[in-house]
This record gives sequence, C-alpha cells and structure tokens, in this order.
Amino acid sequence: MDKKNNILNKLTQEEYKWGFTTDIETETALKGLNEDTIRFISSKKNEPEWLLEFRLKAYRHWLTINEPNWAHIFHKPINYQEIIFYAAPKQNKALNEGEVDPELIKTFEKLGISLNEQKMLTGVAVDAVIDSISVTTTFKETLAEKGIIFCSFSEAVKECPELVKKYLGSVVPYTDNYFASLNSAVFSDGSFCYIPKGVRCPIELSTYFRINAANSGQFERTLLIADDDSYVSYMEGCTAPRRDENQLHAAIVEIIALENAEVKYSTVQNWYPGNKEGEGGIYNFVTKRGMCSGNNSKISWTQVETGSAITWKYPSCILKGDNSTGEFYSVAVTNNHQQADTGSKMIHLGKNTKSTIISKGISAGKSNNSYRGLVKISKNASNSRNYSQCDSLLMGDKCGAHTYPYIEVGNKSSVTEHEATTSKISEDQLFYCLQRGIDKESSIGLIVNGYAKEVLNKLPMEFAVEAQKLLAISLEGSVG
Amino acid sequence: METYKNLKDKILETYSVNSAFLNQTNFLTGIRDKAITHFDTLGFPHNKLEDWRHTKLTGVLENDYSICIEDSDGNVDVNKFFHCDITDLNTYTAVLLNGWFAYKNTPITKLADGTIIASLTHALKEFPEIVKKHYGKYCDIEKNAFEALNTAFALDGIFIYVPDNVIVDKPIQIISILNKKENILVQPRNLVIVGKNSQLKLVHCDDIFSHTPTLTNSLTEIFVDENASVDHYKMQNNDNHSALIATTYFHQKANSKLSSNTITLNGGFIRNNTNVAINGENCETNLYGIYLVDGNQIIDNHTFVDHIKPNSTSNEIFKGVIDNQAKAVFSGKILVRKDAQKTNAFQTNKNILLTDEATINTKPTLEIYADDVKCSHGATVGQLDHEALFYMRSRGISEDNAKMLLMYAFTDEVITKISIEPLREKICQLVNKRLKGELSICDQCVMHCGCDEAVVFNIDMSKI
Repeated sequence: MDKKNNILNKLTQEEYKWGFTTDIETETALKGLNEDTIRFISSKKNEPEWLLEFRLKAYRHWLTINEPNWAHIFHKPINYQEIIFYAAPKQNKALNEGEVDPELIKTFEKLGISLNEQKMLTGVAVDAVIDSISVTTTFKETLAEKGIIFCSFSEAVKECPELVKKYLGSVVPYTDNYFASLNSAVFSDGSFCYIPKGVRCPIELSTYFRINAANSGQFERTLLIADDDSYVSYMEGCTAPRRDENQLHAAIVEIIALENAEVKYSTVQNWYPGNKEGEGGIYNFVTKRGMCSGNNSKISWTQVETGSAITWKYPSCILKGDNSTGEFYSVAVTNNHQQADTGSKMIHLGKNTKSTIISKGISAGKSNNSYRGLVKISKNASNSRNYSQCDSLLMGDKCGAHTYPYIEVGNKSSVTEHEATTSKISEDQLFYCLQRGIDKESSIGLIVNGYAKEVLNKLPMEFAVEAQKLLAISLEGSVG
Repeated sequence: METYKNLKDKILETYSVNSAFLNQTNFLTGIRDKAITHFDTLGFPHNKLEDWRHTKLTGVLENDYSICIEDSDGNVDVNKFFHCDITDLNTYTAVLLNGWFAYKNTPITKLADGTIIASLTHALKEFPEIVKKHYGKYCDIEKNAFEALNTAFALDGIFIYVPDNVIVDKPIQIISILNKKENILVQPRNLVIVGKNSQLKLVHCDDIFSHTPTLTNSLTEIFVDENASVDHYKMQNNDNHSALIATTYFHQKANSKLSSNTITLNGGFIRNNTNVAINGENCETNLYGIYLVDGNQIIDNHTFVDHIKPNSTSNEIFKGVIDNQAKAVFSGKILVRKDAQKTNAFQTNKNILLTDEATINTKPTLEIYADDVKCSHGATVGQLDHEALFYMRSRGISEDNAKMLLMYAFTDEVITKISIEPLREKICQLVNKRLKGELSICDQCVMHCGCDEAVVFNIDMSKI
C-alpha cells in the first residue's frame, strides 16, 4: 500500500504537469477574424480554391448566427477579434526536408510522446499537432503498405483531394452549429485517416494535440473514413501550457463508417483546466460526430474528460445503416471552477439499430458537471434499442451535477431505457476502506476508479493507465 | 404566424379597453398592469423555447377566441346539464361554469369547521387579507406568458381556505365546466390555502362539453402550511376540440405532505404545468400521473420539483399509453438547491407506444447543487411485454384482452395511489373503458353507462 500511496502523493502534489511552455519561434497570423485571415490561412497552406470557398462560405454563415446559450455553462463573452487564428512553429532553416525540429521532439518527449519510431514501446502511430500545424506523423510507411492513409489534414488535401472533398462536411456540415461554422472557416490542421476496404488497422492510430503559443486558438479538424469491412482504433490526447488567459479550442471530428466497418475513437482530454481560483484554462467547444452510413457498421466513442475550464462536447452517432451500432462511454471529472456540459446524441434512422450510453460524471470543488444527451428514434427505425445510464458523483457541497436527457421515440417497436442516479461517495464504502488502514485520499481514489471502471475498461491499454492517474490528479484536494 | 399575432393583439386591445373595469379591485391594479406588460414582452410561447420545444401551440392559437370579461351566463342551474359520474362520491362541490363561479346565490359557503369555499371575486372583497398574503406569490409571471396572461385577466375562480387544525371531513370537489356554443378563452384562477396541521382532499375535474374550439388557461396556487396534508386529484376528460393549459403551483411548508395525481383520459390539447416548491424541512411530496391518449390528441406534462430546504423526499411517477397519431411530452425537472442536503428525489416516466405514428418525447432532468443527496430518474419507452402476452395467450386469453390486461396493469401502479375509494373505482372503470377505446365515444353520451341507476326514458308510447 505504501508504494501506491507514494504514487498518489507524487501525483497529487503536481498540479498540472503539462503546464510548461516551449520556447520556439512561431509564425502567427494577425489577431482577429475576417475574410483576410481566412485567405491568409488558406494561402499559407497552399490550399486549392474549393477549400477556400468552403471556408468562406462557413465564415459568412458564422457571421449570421449567434453563440449558443442553452448549455449549463457560464463564461465571459469570447472576443473573437482578440484571438490569433493561426500559429505555427517556424521551420528551422538548418533542417532538411522531413526532419523535425529537435526542440519539438523534446517537447513531445516531455509529454511522454516519442516521435522517434525506434524508441516506441508500443505500436502506436502518432500524428503530432502543435498549435495550428501537424509536426510529424510516425509509422506512415508501415501503414502505407496496407493501403492506410494516415497523415495531417493539409497533406491529405494535397494527396487525396477527392476523398477529402467527398467527405469533408458530410457529417458535420458547416451550418451545423456556431462552433462548427467557426472551425470550418478557420481550421488549421488535424489528422486525416482512410482505412481501405477489408483492412484491419494493425496498430493504434493516435493524434496528440498541443497548444503552445499564447493568445492563439486551436481549430483542428479530424476526418476518419473507414471503408467497407475495415477496423480502426483511434486515440486522441491533448494538453496545453498553463496561462492566465482563456484559450479557445473549437475542433471538429468527423467519422464515416461504411458497410461492416468498425471505428473505436478514444479521447483523453486534458487541456489546462485553469487554476484553483478558476483563472485561465481552455474553452473546449468541440463537435464530434460519427456516421454509421453502411449496414452493420459500428462507431464507439470513449472519452475521459478531465481538463478544460469549459467542456462543451457531444460525441454523437447517426445510425443510418440498418443494424448499425453506436456506443458512448464517458467519464467526466470537474474540479475547482471547471464546467462541463457533455453527453451524447444517438440518432436512430436505420432498422434494428442499437445504441448504448454510459456516462459517469464526477464533480468536486466548485465545479458544475452536466450530462446532456439525446436519443432520437425516428419513425422508420423499427426494432431499435437504446440503453442509457448516467451516474453522477458529488464530492463537496459547492459543486453541481445535472442531467438533461432527451428521449424522442417515434415508433412502437423500439425500446429505450434511461437511468440516472446522483449521490455522493457511499459512506459504507469509505468506512470499509478506512477501516482497513487506507487513508482517505487513497480510498476516494480507489472508489472513484471503481466507479469509473466500466468506462475505463473500454479504453485501449496505453490510455487506461494514463486515464487512471489523471482521475486521481484531477480530484486532488477535493476531499477534506 | 399572422393569426398568431392577432390573438395577442386582440388580448392586448381587450385589456386596454377594459383596464378600468379590470382594475376595480385596488390591490390587483399594479399586478394586472405588470402582468400584461410581461405578456406583451414574452408573447405566446413558441417552439424555440426549451419548455415548448415539442409542443406546437400554433394550431391552438389559430382559432379566434372571444375573451369574456363579464359573466354572460347569469344564474344557470348547472345540475340541469351536468351531474358527476361518480354517484357515491360524497363531496362539497364548487362549480365553475365557463370560468365563473356557478352558484350565484351562495358565493360563499362556510362549513362548520371554519373552512371557506367561495368565489374568488367575493373572497377578494370579504377576506382581502388572506387573499393578499398568497395571491400571485407562487407563480412566475415574469417568465411564463400564460401565467402573466391569467394574472392580467383573472376575474373569478375558486377560493378555498382551511383554517389551522382542521381535518375537512369530505373531499372538496372543484368542477370546471365549459359549455358554450362559441369559441371562448377562459382564464379561471384558483387559490387554495391549507392551514397548519390541517388536512384536505381536493378533487379538480375538468369537463369540457363545448364542441367548438376553446382555450382554457387556468392557474391554481395551493399553499400547504406546516404539518398540513393535501391530496390533490386532477381529472381531465375533455372534448377533442378543447385546449387546456393547467398550471398548478404547490408551496409546501415544513413537515407537510402533498400527493398530487394527474389523470388525463381525453383532451384535444392538454398542457399540465405542475410546480412544487418544497420550502420547509421533512416534507413529503408525491406526484403521480397517467395519460391515455389516442387520435390526434396532444398531452404535455411538465413538472418541476424545487427542493429548497433539507431533509425532504419527493417521488414522481408518470405513466402513459399513446395510441394512433397522438403525441405525448413529458418533462420532469428536479432541482436540489445548495442547502437542501439529505434530499431524496426520485422520478420515473414510463411510456407505451401502440402505433408507429404515436410519438413520445421525454426529458427527465436533474439539477443538483447539494452533495449529500440521493436522486435518481428513469425513463423508458417500449411496448407490451411479449413474454407476458404469450403467457396469457397460451392460456386461452384473446390477444386483445391480453393486451388490455397488460395495459391495465401498467396503469395500476398509479391508480392504486388514489385514496378516495369511490374515485379510485370510477377511475379504474374509466381507464378500463378508455383502454377498450369506448371512452372517446361514450364520454359525451347522456346514458352514463357507468352509473348505478338505470337510465329512464320518458317515451309516450301512445305516439308511436
């Protein structure tokens, strides 16, 4: 037990271990947003005309709509003219083509991400994104042998424009919501992945996002296409330096699963959550949506949300193909002044579609944690099935836990079930642990991990370990 | 959209024309003016509002309603065209006809134990102190257009006052009847005050006979003082052309007990807003409801339980069977405030859809700011249990009967909570009839098949 305590102590002493900044030269766009900014981003990336058109259309639409206010979150109005919409590490002239700045490699090594393929312990291919730019993608050749395309978004636009053109905005149109429009207008980089027919991706794919530059926003876009009978497991991680001002992160993830394809998307979100007084931190407004467009396809979202001052995120599945399946597993932890409004949308359109939602919220300190979800079963989605469970755990008397489920059913052969509970840590469980000589902090860590186990089990191994540690850190000092 | 505006304009115009008349009672003057201003800014609710997302009012507001400022019925004998279906239900009755207190000759009834049943208009004159203390104190005219509208126009309704330490020996029954040939907008306003340590059973029946479109916007405020106990039953069996917006506010004080049952058997458009503020410790609140709708009916139940003080328990069960193209909406909200520690709050909504055209939108929400609580909610949408059906069919019960039995069993959980025996039996019967699909045909029939007495026909045989 001693050893375990040490680990926990060690972990709890450091507040936010990824809060450092890297001193690299950055090239930025001017502050503020107008058509020129968009043209600047587009020209910086040598984009084709159609993509610039797409951006401008999105921007013009964005101007006509207002920021949504239905979520249970409160923040100062965001001044979009004070944000730098494009920041990229400057290319070191001394380097050859294809080489990565050693400073950046160091940064990622500090984060525990090795960009050096030989040193990698596990077979995970990484696309590393810093500020607005993808730095490097590992294992590209290995994947290319199988016909898998895994590269940065900008490369994809150059190398397989027809795929990008076909699927970009097909799941999340630029008119979808305020932040999706904004992203569509100014998105910088992100990952692109295409799994060809019948291919089972042999290694885990992953993107690591890092905000580094000050005053900048990060707007990345991920597009994942799984062709017929393919399988891929995809992971996403993120961190940001500790700063006093709030930074905006508005991303879009689009997944398309064709016939019999299966996509597993895991996220460990650990943006800087702000300090104990609620200053600073990332505003995380993300639109994630998967389309099960083929029959028998499956999309599974797993997320561990521990960071960000504000999380506004609803990974969704559109179950269009018959017999398709959507899953959502989530653990959201909020502490201090963090606010999370997160959940999932399951839209059943095809026959015999199934969806599962398991959401575990933990709120501590002065935070607010909401689950907001929609289960919609359309008239034609006969024999559909949904099971939702959202539990909330409250720690401390100043936090809030809320549940807003929407259930809409339009046919008689479907079954939906929704369950939600809210309670504090069971005193019996706590007593049991204390009685056996485990101190309070460790006991809580133990109970919370047990509570979240159902979701953590769904994470790929590499992530599960990190996620468990994260849970402990995020709750540090919340009990007392 | 155009007609929509017209009704609002018509209302605003009617108000300004009649404002002198409406403001005769001094203490209401400021309140009415404030309310109409709020209504003006809010306008009628639309689908963009979270609370009205799934319930379209457009159909209801398209009709041209006449707004009655004065009682046009005079002294009518209600018994001539109405008598309660439940013959052995022994109650004190108070009748509202088209929104006006019907017993013109006896506007105030004082029972032996001091309980007062009166028309609100007269209560305002006779007991202004009591009315003032509670009138308009629990509803929220700033946020809800219909409450503002009611407050601006409310002229009559029922006033019930139960003094401290009184157990009312018989249930009090409020019967709200609409019987008019024209399209009318009716806005009754009721106020019920139950004193300390008192007990009251209140039955509130809505019967709408008119076959023309009508809109009822009723607002009831019920104050439950310390240690008091209230059983409230809302029975709704309305004509398919009618629209009813029934808003009820309960305000509970410490150690009080409330049980509210909302039973909807028929109705064109029904929106029930049930709000409970638990403003005292050790309270118990039970909200039950069933809704059985078919045809093109729309039923919308919105409940809001606000736990303000610690150590209270609330329990909510709403069940519905939705047939044909009917539409049901349920939205239940439990709010546990920061100081309301040791709260137990439970909420369940279960629905059965019988056809592919029927829809249900349910939204059970929890908003919790205290940590030492136990709260849960659940919602299900499904069909009748296939195995249970098979079990019965294999024992020779026909499919229809088996289905009926299952549906009946489904609603039974709520019906058994009714503590007034004759009422429970009658509701049992009505639900039974309703599930057989007979009620929507029979409910307006004069034969009252449910009655124990034989129906006597006076036919002159010589003329045949």
